[in-house]
Amino acid sequence: MGAQVHGTQDFNKAKRAEIKFSDAAMQTVNTIISRYPQGKQKSALLPVLHVAQAEFGGWLSPEVMDYVAEILKIKPIEVFEVASFYTMYNLKPVGKCVLEICQTSSCWLCGAEDIVKYIEKKLNIKVGETTKDGMFTLKTAECLGSCGTAPMMQCGASYHENLTYEKVDAILDNYKSEGKLRSYTDLDYKNTL
Amino acid sequence: MKVTIDGIEIDVPKGTTILQAARMIGPEVAPPTMCYYSKLKTSGGYCRTCIVKVTQGSTANPNPMPKPVASCRTEVMDGMVVQNITSPEILEARKGVVEFLLINHPLDCPVCDQAGECKLQDLGYEHGSAKTRYEFKRREYDMIDIGDKIKLHMTRCILCYRCVKTCEQITDGRVHGVVHRGDAAEISTYIQQAVSNDFSGNVIDVCPVGALTDKTFRFKQRVWFTKPVDAHRKCDKCSGKVRLWFKGEEVLRVTARKDQWDEVEEFICNSCRFDHKKKTDWIIEGPSKISRQSVISQNHYENLNELKLQVLKQQKALGFIEFDKRP
Amino acid sequence: MGKKLLIHNDKVPGIETLQVYRANGGYASVEKALKSMSPDQVTDEVKKSGLRGRGGAGFPTGLKWSFLAKPEGVPRYLVCNADESEPGTFKDRYLMEKIPHALIEGMITSSYALGANLSYIYIRGEYFYVARILENAIKEAYEAGWLGKNILGTNFSHDCYVQVGGGAYICGEETALLESLEGKRGNPRIKPPFPAVAGLWGCPTVVNNVETIAAVAPIVNMGGEEYAKIGIGKSTGTKLISASGHINKPGVYEIELGIPVEEFIYSEEYCGGIRNGKKLKAVVAGGSSVPILPTELILKTAKGEPRLMTYESLADGGFQTGTMLGSGGFIVMDEDTSIVKNLFTFARFYHHESCGQCSPCREGTGWMEKILKKFLNGTATEADVDLLWDIQSKIEGKTICPLGEAAAWPVAAAIRHFKHEFIEIAKSKKFVDISHYNRLNKVRV
Repeated sequence: MGAQVHGTQDFNKAKRAEIKFSDAAMQTVNTIISRYPQGKQKSALLPVLHVAQAEFGGWLSPEVMDYVAEILKIKPIEVFEVASFYTMYNLKPVGKCVLEICQTSSCWLCGAEDIVKYIEKKLNIKVGETTKDGMFTLKTAECLGSCGTAPMMQCGASYHENLTYEKVDAILDNYKSEGKLRSYTDLDYKNTL
Repeated sequence: MKVTIDGIEIDVPKGTTILQAARMIGPEVAPPTMCYYSKLKTSGGYCRTCIVKVTQGSTANPNPMPKPVASCRTEVMDGMVVQNITSPEILEARKGVVEFLLINHPLDCPVCDQAGECKLQDLGYEHGSAKTRYEFKRREYDMIDIGDKIKLHMTRCILCYRCVKTCEQITDGRVHGVVHRGDAAEISTYIQQAVSNDFSGNVIDVCPVGALTDKTFRFKQRVWFTKPVDAHRKCDKCSGKVRLWFKGEEVLRVTARKDQWDEVEEFICNSCRFDHKKKTDWIIEGPSKISRQSVISQNHYENLNELKLQVLKQQKALGFIEFDKRP
Repeated sequence: MGKKLLIHNDKVPGIETLQVYRANGGYASVEKALKSMSPDQVTDEVKKSGLRGRGGAGFPTGLKWSFLAKPEGVPRYLVCNADESEPGTFKDRYLMEKIPHALIEGMITSSYALGANLSYIYIRGEYFYVARILENAIKEAYEAGWLGKNILGTNFSHDCYVQVGGGAYICGEETALLESLEGKRGNPRIKPPFPAVAGLWGCPTVVNNVETIAAVAPIVNMGGEEYAKIGIGKSTGTKLISASGHINKPGVYEIELGIPVEEFIYSEEYCGGIRNGKKLKAVVAGGSSVPILPTELILKTAKGEPRLMTYESLADGGFQTGTMLGSGGFIVMDEDTSIVKNLFTFARFYHHESCGQCSPCREGTGWMEKILKKFLNGTATEADVDLLWDIQSKIEGKTICPLGEAAAWPVAAAIRHFKHEFIEIAKSKKFVDISHYNRLNKVRV
């Protein structure tokens, strides 16, 4: 939130035509839809958007939202209304690893601000920015339910807790050497306590 | 069902809301509304200007309700006792709501086409405070274009959801909605798209503020210099019953007719609204009834001298130096 | 050691699997309920137990269940509120992560009582990996016949699914949760109608917190009366407390309701005292929205009696000198903590999480954050304290959902008990943040 992103970026028809879930993703989507009674497929919107975000580069372009609307047989504006409401959907391109550092009370009490400053310095970016190599995007987040293990950060599905500078170094190095897109839907989450 | 509002008892059918009951009694006790619209289902509850105090829930359960309730979305119970203007608490709370609605409003009335028929102006005048306590930068948005007929000024929007419900309920395809959340929420379309279909123009009429205005009327004239006249034509899309706004012999604007609560009586189609601006297109019925409080009836003040005296008195009270006594 | 009913097995290796969970007495409540009790009998046991909603509001669960409308031919639903996002609260995550079957078992038993053949666990999107753990557990339960058609050969069939959210605190409000579950923006609905009459897809629905649902299993197993013997007065049973902040042993603790707050903070069994040998300054006892209390009022009530971990004792004195048990998010602050800065993080949180539907909350939360920011910048004046007080009073009680109160209460409480800190900053035109200096290197790992 904060930055005003409209759905008014270019809508590229050629790009839209190319967008299609892989068979595996499509199967996941169909499984999700099957969890709701007939005619209530709109309920699948939030989980399906997570799948779409992971599938199409870590963010939801207007073309992707249009595609999801078609699959769920709803209006594109209904997708955009929802995607822009929730914080986990990116409406602009982001780095491969989005680092979300919790900054609410308990995390602040235990030094979250220092972690933010440390990462800003280390990656030479400010909160909200992406590194030049497209590897990391730094964000702050509101309470992620990890107050007893503060300070913490989330990257994709993984919770990294009880952070120290050394731990941050190790975590970022690891992600960098992997060099792969990290999503909330990842099965290989690697929580560190 | 019997309900008592500000000490006045009235008998209403089951399913009536407190607001509707208050309107039946009359405008003196009817709470102001910014988002509720009797013609739109599920409207109301958002702006909180119509909150009232329920001092007795019903005869069966005489306990008071713990918090003020939105009168537009609360149904009356038999024996309910409600306070609106007789509750100092409610008046104070309403003042707070008005302040919240205004802190991020641009107050650009001098250049706003809605001025003179703006519900927020009325609300501010009747229930607000003359001073602002907000010292921060007001919210701004990127301008977005929603077509050649309707102008969207997001900075003026109070997020009443009326236009969204209008498009959902009386048009066949909603392309705009409320996006983002919290105080970053805004009215927007999905990808740059025109809000256009046969009935989309009605969003202009339901908008309580100057967020959605008529591009074909933009900057043409202040509303209080135009004369409203009821007229009709044969139309195959809508009832054709409209209000024409004249300046001299020229029709500057066509809108739906509005009732005493400033709500559209019958929604009209875009063809009537935008494409028929010749006097000869219409059968004139006669001058529209305009509330005496409205600035639109400014030319009809009976006693202009009395008004001048009042203005002078107010200016003195505010410490203005009289014009002819200035050094 | 107090009695533990929910997480007593949390250290058992493999407890997340059905096999180990079952070997440790798991799913006994499903067997007992389906084979030997009628749905109404289960509800009666829950009523007798005195169990109160563990999500924060503390509403009696049995009573909530009894409100559920049961029109013929209309499906009823149970929805589990796993959208745990109240700052300071992480107990549900712990329970679901460590013992996922405890929740599934509660879901089945509760659904049987309510006559619901379909239930959903709505979990916050950030807990995606926890959702995976739950989905695995559900898969196991299906394979073993605990879920699906004709469970244990009875007429009762039940399907249970997990849905992940998208990142919004407001979805913890039950009607916003239902909206979100329907694939919409998480805007709270205007009540009435309540979910018990018109909830998910317009059908009668019960929404309960994770811990509440999990507690149904031990209640059925031991009987409501036996459960009600634990605790004091109307605060029956055990409660999970999420302890965080400046304590030696942060974590999730299951307590018997009724232990003294002082014991909870200082005993080795629980928080283990304030870390780095510092003194206690203040506690937020039930999640960010409840009033903060200074040391003297959290350890003892205004009447001088020891403050206990119960709904009633924590609320003793009203908001003037008391607070609430809330969700059990217990945030402890030491003597170096700036109450103003902590309040700022809360205000920023509520501003960020306001859905924007109704005006007092949409506009007021941002305004309060901006004024608090002035304190941190050293540009605030004494008049700003009064302004803050006035704004919070104009939000409280004027909004559609309780987020308004949740945003207003912490501001009111901080000013009520720590006004001098605000005044000091306003007078000195300077904010010195000694409260989190170099905390990291002192972190207990």
